[in-house]
Amino acid sequence: MMPLDLSIPAQLTTAYLPDLVVMGGGMLLLLWAVWRPESEAHSRSVAWIAMGVCLAGIAAVLWSWNRGLTAGNGAIAVDAFRWVTDLVILLGMLMTLAISVDFNQRMRLLAPEMHVLVVLAGSGMMLLTAARDLMVLFLGVELMSVSVYVLAGIDRRSSRGAESSLKYFLLGAFSSAFLLYGIALVYGATGSTNLVTIGEAMSTPAVSGSPMMMVGLALLLVGFAFKVAAAPFHMWTPDVYDGAPAPYSGLMACAVKTASFAALVRVCLEAVGTGSERWHLALWWLAAATMVVGNLFAIQQRNVKRMLSYSSIGHAGFLLVAVTAQTTEGAAAIAFYLVAYTLATLGAFAVVVAMNGGSDGVTHVDEYAGLWTVRPGLAMAMAVYMLALLGFPLVGGMGFFAKWYVLQAALHASAPQTRLAIILVLTTVVSAGFYLYLVMVMFMRPRPEGLAPPPPATGLTRLVIATSVVLILAFGLYPSPAVKVAQRSAAASFAPAAPRPTASAVAP
Amino acid sequence: MARAYLPVLLLLGFVIANAVMILGISHLTVRQRPSAVKQTPYESGIAPLGDARDRFSVKFYMVAMLFIIFDIETVFMLPWGVLYRDLSCAVPLVNDLCPAGQASFFGLGEMLVFMAILVIGFVYVWKKGALQWD
Repeated sequence: MMPLDLSIPAQLTTAYLPDLVVMGGGMLLLLWAVWRPESEAHSRSVAWIAMGVCLAGIAAVLWSWNRGLTAGNGAIAVDAFRWVTDLVILLGMLMTLAISVDFNQRMRLLAPEMHVLVVLAGSGMMLLTAARDLMVLFLGVELMSVSVYVLAGIDRRSSRGAESSLKYFLLGAFSSAFLLYGIALVYGATGSTNLVTIGEAMSTPAVSGSPMMMVGLALLLVGFAFKVAAAPFHMWTPDVYDGAPAPYSGLMACAVKTASFAALVRVCLEAVGTGSERWHLALWWLAAATMVVGNLFAIQQRNVKRMLSYSSIGHAGFLLVAVTAQTTEGAAAIAFYLVAYTLATLGAFAVVVAMNGGSDGVTHVDEYAGLWTVRPGLAMAMAVYMLALLGFPLVGGMGFFAKWYVLQAALHASAPQTRLAIILVLTTVVSAGFYLYLVMVMFMRPRPEGLAPPPPATGLTRLVIATSVVLILAFGLYPSPAVKVAQRSAAASFAPAAPRPTASAVAP
Repeated sequence: MARAYLPVLLLLGFVIANAVMILGISHLTVRQRPSAVKQTPYESGIAPLGDARDRFSVKFYMVAMLFIIFDIETVFMLPWGVLYRDLSCAVPLVNDLCPAGQASFFGLGEMLVFMAILVIGFVYVWKKGALQWD
């Protein structure tokens, strides 16, 4: 297979194929959504077609992957890491759409546009995983974010939804400004927005050490830290995830994070590389602070949605450990971790959807008391998700291996991140305090008198819960194929990083 | 490199000096005799009806928003029009002309795609009833 020449329009179109399928599908779906008056049946039909678009996107990704498409340097990357992260995103979109169908009906959210917005947000995310140029990256960030801002506040009768949407919009716009300013300064320092060209320029100390490049990279990192919700840029996360409708909180926690991490990994490995000590140091502190803050603050949460959002911050910290390693092994660990994280977190949000029987109220942990006695299936599934997020061996399924490979990547890095690995293990122990607490409440507390059992989960929600549990456990028992795919795709996508120039690069 | 920006600096200085001069001279030379009629918001003599900070129907904002969106998007056609000759030639222009057999539909195709996206948005807005005043 010849590498694609991205300067020829037809070949560029081939390289963009999965993104175009999802984008075009989303736009045609928008027309169909508006063609009929709002009704439950119509909203449902739009959701089904949206899932069809996602499946078509998956087919396009697999086709591109199977043909082994590659390309020279250009605005977008055509490599296996992009396909893997695209698949994780499309999986997250499918799960979100599936759990939102019944949820929307119960909440009387009839606007069919929300399913369209999920697809359009997804097309932005796929653009983000492909971006090898900072302008394309920014375009992807905006396309993704603007759709998600709307989704956060799609329930117009909920004041908490409006608060969530406004907060997300204001802080998101703010962080986009940081990102854009960073891009401008990096362009000023290197004369290019292409990641590979920036990477080549970074090898000269005059560029990598220049103040303009330093400030540019710092602003770029702040923008990314906002998007992946890394401490101390995580403040918006709990309020936004808590106020948004549960399926879309799940989308924000999983697919948005997957896309942002994919872009961050590409920027790290292709542009910045090992050229900047300070970038590495900043990443180190971000990872450490995020792990500590996310997991410590989650302990005192008694609202399950808020607890899951702090948990997502903690997981961003674990993922940042693998980013800090700055190796292809780290990229592979991230890809595998994101699969486990997406399955477990969206599964947990599916349980929240199933539990939240028509009320927009707080999903308090007391409502889960004694769930085992009334809805054993839901309680079992939630326990598996919690143990997977904790990284418990065997019953936690692939969650254990996800953390294992992140640890391995951290320790195998050319500058071993031993201290980060220690923080990771310690904060994981801390996170048992809230993951196991929920499990304890579900299985050991008696069901309070007068608390009605949640309505039985409906078809699609049940399907999502069952599938994700089976996948988590199956990959936990037999992880090697998935791990091999992740490792091979990362190794094929990124050139192995050059050894670090100085030994003093070890973290503080 | 820095010298190239000298005209910009000169222009900036000229504009500031000009503004200071106009305001300063008129301030120094004018004789101020304020009266109640001269102090009204409309010097033409129309009495104001009420506070300008009033509530407007959301419909005005809707129209303004849609106008801005479609207006800004069509502004994109201007740079495209300027570059159209370059975009519809597969190789760089020679003496402002495209070598024979090298004409391409790339420029036209790109704009058609852009217009199609714009039309989808327009149809959506229309069908949604956002253009209906009542």
